[in-house]
Amino acid sequence: MTSPRLHLAGITKSYPGVVANRDVSLTVMPGETHAVLGENGAGKSTLMKIIYGAVKPDAGTVVFNGRPVLIRNPQEARALGISMVFQHFSLFDTITVAENVWLGLSKRLSLAEVTHSIAAKASEYGLDIDPSRPVHTLSVGEMQRVEIIRALLTNPQLLILDEPTSVLTPQAVEKLFVVLKKLASEGCSILYISHKLHEIRELCNACTVLRAGQVTGVCNPAQETNASLSKMMIGAEPPLLTRRAPKVGVPVLQVQDLTLAREDQFGVDLDGITLEVRAGEVVGIAGVSGNGQKELLYALSGEDVRSSPGSIRIGEVDASRLHPGGRRKLGLHFVPEERLGRGAVPTLGLAHNLLLTRHEAISSPRFAGGWIKVRQLEAHAAHIIQRFNVKAGGPRAAARSLSGGNLQKFIVGREIDAQPTLFIVSQPTWGVDVGAAAQIRGEILALRDAGCAVLVVSEELDELFELSDRLHVIARGRLSPAVPIGDASVAKIGAWMSGLWHEEVQEHLASLAPTDLVGGQHA
Amino acid sequence: MLKLEARPQPSKLWSLASPVLALLVTVLIGVVLFVALDKDPVSGLQMFFWEPIRSAYALGELTVKATPLLLIALGLAVCFRSNVWNIGAEGQYVLGAIAASGVALLADKTTGSWIVVPIILAGILGGMFWAGITAWLRDRFNANEILVSLMLVYVAVQVLSYMVSGPWKDPQGYNFPQTKTFDLVTRIPRLFDGSRVSIGVFLALIGVIGTWIFLFRTRAGFAQQVGGLAPAAARYAGFSSRRALWVALLVSGGMAGLAGALEVAGPIGQLTSYVPAGYGFAAIIVAFVGRLHPVGMVFSALLMSMFYIGGELAQSRLGLPKSLTGVFQGLLLFTLLACDTLVNYRLKWKK
Repeated sequence: MTSPRLHLAGITKSYPGVVANRDVSLTVMPGETHAVLGENGAGKSTLMKIIYGAVKPDAGTVVFNGRPVLIRNPQEARALGISMVFQHFSLFDTITVAENVWLGLSKRLSLAEVTHSIAAKASEYGLDIDPSRPVHTLSVGEMQRVEIIRALLTNPQLLILDEPTSVLTPQAVEKLFVVLKKLASEGCSILYISHKLHEIRELCNACTVLRAGQVTGVCNPAQETNASLSKMMIGAEPPLLTRRAPKVGVPVLQVQDLTLAREDQFGVDLDGITLEVRAGEVVGIAGVSGNGQKELLYALSGEDVRSSPGSIRIGEVDASRLHPGGRRKLGLHFVPEERLGRGAVPTLGLAHNLLLTRHEAISSPRFAGGWIKVRQLEAHAAHIIQRFNVKAGGPRAAARSLSGGNLQKFIVGREIDAQPTLFIVSQPTWGVDVGAAAQIRGEILALRDAGCAVLVVSEELDELFELSDRLHVIARGRLSPAVPIGDASVAKIGAWMSGLWHEEVQEHLASLAPTDLVGGQHA
Repeated sequence: MLKLEARPQPSKLWSLASPVLALLVTVLIGVVLFVALDKDPVSGLQMFFWEPIRSAYALGELTVKATPLLLIALGLAVCFRSNVWNIGAEGQYVLGAIAASGVALLADKTTGSWIVVPIILAGILGGMFWAGITAWLRDRFNANEILVSLMLVYVAVQVLSYMVSGPWKDPQGYNFPQTKTFDLVTRIPRLFDGSRVSIGVFLALIGVIGTWIFLFRTRAGFAQQVGGLAPAAARYAGFSSRRALWVALLVSGGMAGLAGALEVAGPIGQLTSYVPAGYGFAAIIVAFVGRLHPVGMVFSALLMSMFYIGGELAQSRLGLPKSLTGVFQGLLLFTLLACDTLVNYRLKWKK
């Protein structure tokens, strides 16, 4: 029997106030694609950083190819044959692909040699990339390819990928899987970190499940079901959502030809966005992040008031120039993507965080001198905490003391409790554990059934398919036409995420070989 | 290597006790300092911590100095809580003094005591105007308010010295850079005979209550602070950052101007080039040592006032340099920052 490529035993790492890993063991065989599954905060990333030498464990041993090793830093990890592709890329925007790769390599090679070896690796694995392109012209999927090529150039025996698909379209994910399967067939071991169950079941042939820093299961994911995997991951099966047929009413939000130049240099220009949300329906907007979602939401919420008159109507009122407070009076309540610092003030208690969008506890709130009735405010916060099942140390607990999921429940609760007629939510369950995510989705559907118009912007296609009645796709600042959820498929929405929704483009693509479809991310 | 590591749960008790601990450390360093200067540390400390509270008169003097410090610090606390870094309260204080003097100089034998009201209002408006320049430059051109407000201090001092050595110079003043002594009727009413304590104390205490209500009980005060704590959250909520900027600077400018008016029309009684006594800068320390809390600042203003008086006494009685005041003020701020850091972080030795 061959010795394992990597064997961890008894790995423990604690940070002040939290144990990230407790007595974790993990065995990866050569050529194995091994999933590390767990919710946010389960300790996956810490474990990977320990393997990669970026974090030093408090206790435990690492054995690589049968030899006990002490990996003190990423250079030593790379020397052993361990490479890692991080969730956040470390590429310099202003220089070319080849120059970026060259920076991380031994100085003995010339740029021409590096360019040549990039091209060689790229063609070997079908990672189509031009080494002479500046990085800022690349799409997110292409940047990831650069990171993978950079990792492969060191000829790794173990490749670690941290949530690699969170930034990819479904087609790009398929293409990535082809590359990973080829690598595994050549004997390279892969550690694949994810919380997406179907991906793991498709790709991996071994799986270690972490919960709260401890191993709760080792299995072959191909032989498991989503339900059994999530039971290991969260200790329970997620509740099922029930969807009723929508009772669609009058249009509540009408966006007409919204065109808006970017506010900051690295933003996206919005180009002719037209959108309608009616009472009693959920409209979803899919898209890879950084395609104008942020800018669109700023314009809709009133945080950006530069929209031209008439472009945004809430009910009967032209809201394009109204500030957030004015739009809230029209019944718009909005949950932003960033919870700490935008949706809530980190250092303030939950009760005072209500005051950001709620005025019930202020006498004569229209005046600057409006008096804050603290007792009523705290009672109100306690009510929301109880109704939305928020785990917090009471109404005075600082927002930053809550876990991401619980703060999200509080913020969503704060806005839903206001009984909005128009509810806009961005990434409703991003970084939220499975149980809380199910609860939040249930609340959103309940709001819809109560006759509220709901707009959901999300990068998670599963979530959008679960919630939406109609789907749009946003790509490079433009919005696709709406598709009723019954007519939408992952393949179609995925193709649209690349900005390819015009009929003539679709026809043209249909006439091409399917492989060309997948590369269609770039500008 | 020594490293700072964030404490998971900073102790509530210690973060409240931190200013007290900082004071103790300051006193300890003070003892070392006196010994190094070859003075008896006990009598040295006595100058700072006992003499200023020994008698009713001394307490009065303590209050006289604490009043402007507290007024300015109250305004600065509103500013700092809004994340607006007004470092130029000294300049606003000087402008308040100049504007108040302008009104006071109009008084003559026939004027009634109502003149005190326009004097005080002029001081407030003068300070607001000076801070308003900073607000406008920041709002219009996105100029850095730290630099602008600080540089305007020096402009204000130049304006002052022009006024007292030019148009407003006392013709009978032997060419000293000062105005004539104001008419008695312009003097801010005093509380008791034989003490220099004026109704300014009441204004400061009203300021304490007003600031507390504004910060912790009004919608506007809440909105003001959200802009400082989390600007993106303020934008999300729809609280105007421009309004917060203007309110912060006008409030602190007005408070500093009020302090300036009370000073020239009170203890000083004329406009001289010695008006800028560093209250505007010392008030920054008062604000932070008082934790930007209106009640906390009452204590820190008294403490800082002790340092002022103690420094003067140490000079006259022990022959020590007056700059000892500044040394103690600086030490206190420094040790407070150090204590705060250690309350929130722990030191760890790491390889």
